[in-house]
This record gives sequence, structure tokens and C-alpha cells, in this order.
Amino acid sequence: MNKAAIIGVAQTKYERRKKDQIFADMVFDVTRAALDDAGLVLDDIDSVVTVSNDFFDGRTISGMSVGDASGGQDKNISTVSGDGTFGAFYGLMRVLSGYQATIVVAHYKGSESDVKITTNGMFDPIFHRLLGIEMISAAALQANAYMNRYGIGEEAFAEVSVKNHGNAQNNPFAQLPMKITVKDVMKSRKIAEPLKLLDCSPISDGAAAIVIADEKIAARGKKKPVWIKGVAHCCEDYFLGDRDLASPVALREAAMKAYAMAGIKTPLKEIDVAEVLEPYSYMEPLWLEGLGFCEPGEGGTLIGKGITTMDGKLPVNASGGALSSNPILVAGLARLIEAVLQVRGEAGARQVKKVNTALAHGFNGACGQSHCVWIVGGNK
Amino acid sequence: MTEWLKEVEPLTLKGQIAVPYAWWVGDVGSRFLVALRDEQKILGSKCGKCGKVYVPPRKNCGRCFVDIDEWVEVASEGTIEAYTIVHYSYAVQPVKPPFAYALIRLDGADVGFLHLIKKDLGKIRNGLRVKAVFRKKRVGQILDIDSFELIEPLRRT
Amino acid sequence: MGRRVAIVGTGQTYHKSHRPDVTSKEMIYEAVTAALADAELTIRDIDAVVIGNMDHFESINYVDAYSVEGSGAFMKPIMKVTTGGTTGTTVAIAAYYHVASGLFDRVMAIGFEKNSESDTTGAIITCSDAIWDRFSYSGAIPSLATEATAYMEKYGATQEDAALIGERDRNHALNNPYAHLQKPLTVADIMGSPMLAYPIKLGDICPRSDGACACIMAADGIAQKLTRRPAWFKAVSVRHTYTWFGDSTDYNKGLVSMQRASKEAYTQAGIRNPVEELDVAELYLPYTWAGLKWIEDIGFCGPGEAARFVGDRNTHMGGKLPINPSGGVISTNCIGATALLRVAEAAIQIMGKGGKRQVPDVKNALATGFGGCFWSDVVILSSERPA
Repeated sequence: MNKAAIIGVAQTKYERRKKDQIFADMVFDVTRAALDDAGLVLDDIDSVVTVSNDFFDGRTISGMSVGDASGGQDKNISTVSGDGTFGAFYGLMRVLSGYQATIVVAHYKGSESDVKITTNGMFDPIFHRLLGIEMISAAALQANAYMNRYGIGEEAFAEVSVKNHGNAQNNPFAQLPMKITVKDVMKSRKIAEPLKLLDCSPISDGAAAIVIADEKIAARGKKKPVWIKGVAHCCEDYFLGDRDLASPVALREAAMKAYAMAGIKTPLKEIDVAEVLEPYSYMEPLWLEGLGFCEPGEGGTLIGKGITTMDGKLPVNASGGALSSNPILVAGLARLIEAVLQVRGEAGARQVKKVNTALAHGFNGACGQSHCVWIVGGNK
Repeated sequence: MTEWLKEVEPLTLKGQIAVPYAWWVGDVGSRFLVALRDEQKILGSKCGKCGKVYVPPRKNCGRCFVDIDEWVEVASEGTIEAYTIVHYSYAVQPVKPPFAYALIRLDGADVGFLHLIKKDLGKIRNGLRVKAVFRKKRVGQILDIDSFELIEPLRRT
Repeated sequence: MGRRVAIVGTGQTYHKSHRPDVTSKEMIYEAVTAALADAELTIRDIDAVVIGNMDHFESINYVDAYSVEGSGAFMKPIMKVTTGGTTGTTVAIAAYYHVASGLFDRVMAIGFEKNSESDTTGAIITCSDAIWDRFSYSGAIPSLATEATAYMEKYGATQEDAALIGERDRNHALNNPYAHLQKPLTVADIMGSPMLAYPIKLGDICPRSDGACACIMAADGIAQKLTRRPAWFKAVSVRHTYTWFGDSTDYNKGLVSMQRASKEAYTQAGIRNPVEELDVAELYLPYTWAGLKWIEDIGFCGPGEAARFVGDRNTHMGGKLPINPSGGVISTNCIGATALLRVAEAAIQIMGKGGKRQVPDVKNALATGFGGCFWSDVVILSSERPA
């Protein structure tokens, strides 16, 4: 893979409701800020990828609302409908194909739509939609399958929520920085068993943008370029019943490919920090198993062993993760942005020491049907 | 944002997208739903290449990427592979909470079947046996199966 | 710009007004298996999939996740690209970048729609901004009607001039076994059809179709081994210029996005005289007036000259530059697939697989996509591998 780097990033503060901004306002803010961060002007950008979803926006051709605001007028602009990590992947492919700099910008307003109805819309209209299943109850099924396979207790999931909300206290962009205990999580209102309120991400509004550039432009950038070392994505079966929900095979495949591209053989040793998309607490340990950071079934022990805490060998979600802020689609791009900030050394209070290589992850579909894994680093 | 805007409660426009939909069930799906409606039978289809029995039935195998043309009847009974008890309500749910979703491995099938459990919620455990309860009035849709019920709530396989 | 890429196989369904026998994912399977057969590949040979449609027509969220069984994307990378009517071309273009980037060697591009499953106008209306545009903008037809009246007033074109486009494309469709509408339509038929929004009559506009299309893009070095005449990408240009319908209504300027996209495409392809250097064009013309106005914007003739250019039969089969030998959008419109069909049909012409609709000796073919807020995409394919 030719060299390409992320040279500009920006995110809005994530909030329950941005009542003074429409999609285009949020997108304009982060587009401008990402350009400034990169030390570029709009004319330096020759390609634009927006990320949005027609259901979530209540608007067919949802990319239309942000064409101007993303700097897409008179440029090669397209829209990826899926998590921001996939949009960024398309942006990368354009740079590798010859564009000098692509801006990738994602937006979402949970406050403006009903996520139960819009995610019920993910399910098969003939066989499943009338059952009323949606994102949350599907996730609960996966949590149950995972617990039942390995005998993991709900407390192990609660620890993730405690860690991530706690980490969010160091992240000025986070929506829900909170100092909570495992007991608080266990006592919180039952949503869909075993998920309780504090096992679930909030409803969020927000936008984020990154600038991906070729070597030449990266050399001109204002900040230290963060090089893209490896990236891959992979999708498994659609029907929940067709899948082994306790074993994220598509994630494993994507991770293996990304590691191979990046020349990584022992992830736990060679990766310094990881940002994984975990809108439900059980997802963090499950995805960490899929990413090969531990054996299957061991994911729930990583916090207790002090491995994925802020002072551990591999801090996970120093930003607070999606449990703290979850503008869907944007949240994956935010994971990539956090990884970039860590490599740059710009993560402020949430900075992990000596980060050279970082991993970021996002997914599409119910219970993580399709995963995208990014490896970024400080060395060219 | 300009200062004066901070004092003002922003206007919002409430809207709803109302587009009528009528999904073609397709030949394969139709046969499945007709069997529910007319015979209270659950049909699956079997891939000739890998032998996998899919319920609901499929027109092609997604893994082998070949057409499937063999129909099999699977049992109306099976084992719970995963479940969750739902405690929140919203418009699309067919029943008021609490109720459960379950992935059920029907006898004879190689994949899980997603459906509802409405009774004995406190007794549901992974691995228990359940059986389908059909509605008296059936019209050819997935809820012709009203729900699944625990067969012997206290006995585990 | 990156690796050279060619289309090595295409597949499509037999487009119909209704396909009650299949669901969306089953319909996609038909197009994908047809494309694999055309390229003599198996699904195992495909490295990545790109798919697109217009969500609100089938109301299936995350259709990339939904359709895995039919697209063959199981345990492969798949992403969804969606941009309204231009979806088909932007999907083709995304697949092109997948290969040009060097990351993938053989990529499947899929576009589909089951327009029979919903109310097309009801779904399309939601593309306009809820607060500013939606109340006054009732679907696709009114804005196109205003564009048509502006053109008629400026250049004195008549309804019959436009109707000739419909007659041409519907006659072309008779040579295309896949086309949805297989009955000829004369200028008189069109003139006699019911008026919808002046001057657009029922006979002037496209149908709603259920259909899918798949194209396989392959990398330089591999494409040549897969097919005798790969259809090489020579130019790719995207201009999704407007966000608000109000901004796009200076009809005196013409279809600005098409002017800019085609100009860039011709520069990329080294084409100075499109009518001389192109052998066939598959244009996204959702209604007859587009066949007059937009061929000026694309540089086939000067402003106001389209009626005579078409009237002189330059764009009919056998003419200087045949347009829409497939029958075009006026004969088949499964929206998410429609723009991809233009690219596929252009590739079919280059590969020499056009059967009864084959234009002789095709070296350069142009395809366009249209949709959204008067957006345009232009793709130029060639039998010659770019230098």
C-alpha cells in the first residue's frame, strides 16, 4: 500500500441535543476545523466523502444536506452510508488512487429521529421486522449468547462501563463523563436483559471530520502526520440466527488482514492504545477477543487484570468510547480521530504514554455484522 | 452561536415520513408463510452443496453461492440458543413488555430462528426446550406463530 | 491516477414493473450470478463488493448488511454508497477506486431497486430539505417541468422535438431483451398521452422498475486475462454541485453539473470533439426534454441546436453518435441500478456483447448518471488501455 496519512481531524462536542445546529452547521464546523488542523485550505482538497444514513436523517439522499457544508461543491464528492470508519476507508482509496487530499466528514443527530424505529428498519421486513426487534434487543441477544458461551458475569460488563465513563472525564468532547461504580451499573434500570441502562450508550448528536492526504501533502501539514499502516473490513451473515454471536468471525478476519498489512504479529505487544466501538458494554471484551488481544472467553478479565485500564499495557477507549458518546456513524470516525490524537501526543488528559501505534475500530449492522479495523502509527 | 440566539428557544419542525410499503415476499418466502398459515408447519430449505438447513428458507446459499431447491420440514420445537427479556416499549412491538426475544434452534435446522416468548419469562434459560404456538386466525405472516412457549419449564436438556 | 481499471463482466435482471417472485436480496443474486457468468469468474474470485440503492424505496436500513446472501459478500469487505439517482454511477466509481487504489484486484459493483415496493414520489420527496424545500417540492417531475418550459421559451423547441427522444429510446429498447418497456412509442403516442405537469406528459417520462445490475471491475494485468476486450476506465468525473433546489434554478445556465463533469471527463480522456471521438453514449435521461437540453450541456452540440441534431437522426441507431441503444432510462428505471446500467451498457458496447443493440466498432463509450439536486456523473470507457 502506498503511503497515506491522516493530517487533520476535528470533532464536535457530543451532546444529547444540539438544538441550535442543523446537519450542515455541524458539518461545516468540523470541515473547517479539520482543514485548519491540517494547515490546508479548501482548494487543497480535491475529493470529499460524506458519511450519513437516510433512515437516521429522515431524508433520502441524506448526503444532499451537507454537500455545500463539506466543501463538496465542484469537487468529486460521494456518500458512504455506514460507519465513519468505512467512509474513511473510501477516502483512503481515493487518495491511493491519486487524489492529493480527501476530507471525510460524518454527521448524526440522534435527537431528531427514533433509533428504535430506524434500527428496526435494519431487520428483514418479511421475517423479523414485525417482531419489533431493533438494535438494543438484538445486542442483548448477543450479550446473552456471549455470557452463556463462556460463563462471563454481568459484573465484567459493568466494569467496562465504569472504566469508559470514568475515562470520559478526561475527554472534553465526551457527552457522559461519569464517576460510577459496578454497583451503580448493576442497579441501573433493566433495558433488555442482561443490558441495563448503564450498559448502553446514550442518544447523541455530533459530527466529525478527518483529512487523509498523500505523502506530498502530508509533508506540508501543520502537525505530525499519522500514517495509515493497515486497514481492512469484513462482513459476516445477516440473519442473527445464521451467526455465532459469541464469536466475531468477520472482525477476526478484518483484524488479521489489517495486522498483516501493518506487519503486526503480536497485537497485545505492538499496539499501544486501542479505540473500539462499544455502544454496549459487552461489546468491548467481545471485540477485544476478535481483535486477538486475548483468547476467546478471556475478554472479561482484561480490566480486572489491569491490561486495558489507563495505566495498563493496552489502554482501551481512553476517550470514553461510544458508551460515553454515541452519535451513530460518527462514533467510528471518532475512534479513528482519538487514535490519531494519541499518536500525535495531543490527547491531553487522556493521553497514553509513548504511543507509536494505535488501533481504531468501527462496525455496521446489528451485533457488529461488518467490522472495519484501522492501524495507524507515527512511523512512515 | 451569536449571543441573542442563546436566549431563544429554537424552532423545531415536527414531521413524519409516511411512505406506504408492500414488500414482495418472493416465491420462497411465500411458500414458508403459506405453510405457516395453511398447515401450521415450519419449512426450511437445504443447500445441496454444504447440506445446511436454513430456517427461514432461502433461495440461495450465501456461503456456497448456489441455488437451493430442496425443501425440508423442520420441527416446531427447539432449543433456546440465546434470549433477552425486553423491558421498554415502542410502537412496533407486537406485545407489551416485559416479553422475550429468543434465537431458537428448531430440531432439524442448522441455524437459529428468531421469535418471541411471552410467558414464564422468569423461567427462561439458555438450553431450555420451547415449542411454537400458532395463532387461531392465520394470514400468512411471521406472527402466524404467536410465540414460543417453554415445554417443561423446570427441566433442562 | 492509480492503477488502470477495466470492466470485465456485467449482469442484469430482466427489468419489470413488478418482481413478485423475489425479494431484493434474491433479485441482487440474479444480477451478481449473471455478472460472474459473463466474466467467467466465481464468487471466490471477488475481493470486495460495493452496493447502492435509494433506501426509502425499499425501507431497508443497512442494505449492505441485509443483502449479503445475494451479493456474495459473505466474509468479504462490502460497503454501501448512496447518492440518489446518481447512485449507480457513484457505485461504479467507488468500485473503480477500490481497484485503482491497489488494494483490491476484482471488485463487484451492484445497484438495484424494487420501485414496486413503495410510493416512488412519497419516497423521493424526502430528498428535499424538510424545512425549506419539502412543502413546495412535490417529487421529481415539477422541477424537471420547469426546466423544460425554460428551455422551450429560450430556444423555441417544441413538445414534438422532445417526444422524438422518447420515440427513439423506446424503439431502441426493442433490441434489448432486458429492458422493462418493450413496446414502441411514436411521437404521436407521446403527444396524445395525459399531461402530468406541463409540458411533461406520461409518455415523456421514465417508468418505475424492479431490477438489479452488477459490474465486475478488474485491475490492469488481470483484466486482460479475463476477457478479450476489457472496457477500460478512461475518465471519471463527479459533480454533485447543488445542495438546495433554489440554487439550481437558474435554468438559463443549463445543467451546470453536467457541463463541468463532462468538461473534466473529456480532458481526462483527451477528447476534444465528443461527437467525432465517441462511438456511443448511454445517457441518464429520465425524461424526454433531458435528451434535448442535456446533450448541449454535455457538448454534443451547441446551445439551442439539440432539436435539429436529434431530428437529423444523428443519435438514432446507425447515426453518427447513437444514444441509448439499450433503450435508456425512459425504457427502464430501477433507480439504484439505473446509472450503473448506463455504465454496464457502455461496457457491453465496448466488449462487443450488445447483440441486437450492438453499435459497430465501438472504441469509446460515454455513460452518465443524474439525480439528487441536479447532479451529474460522467464515465468514459474505452477499448484502448489508457497509456
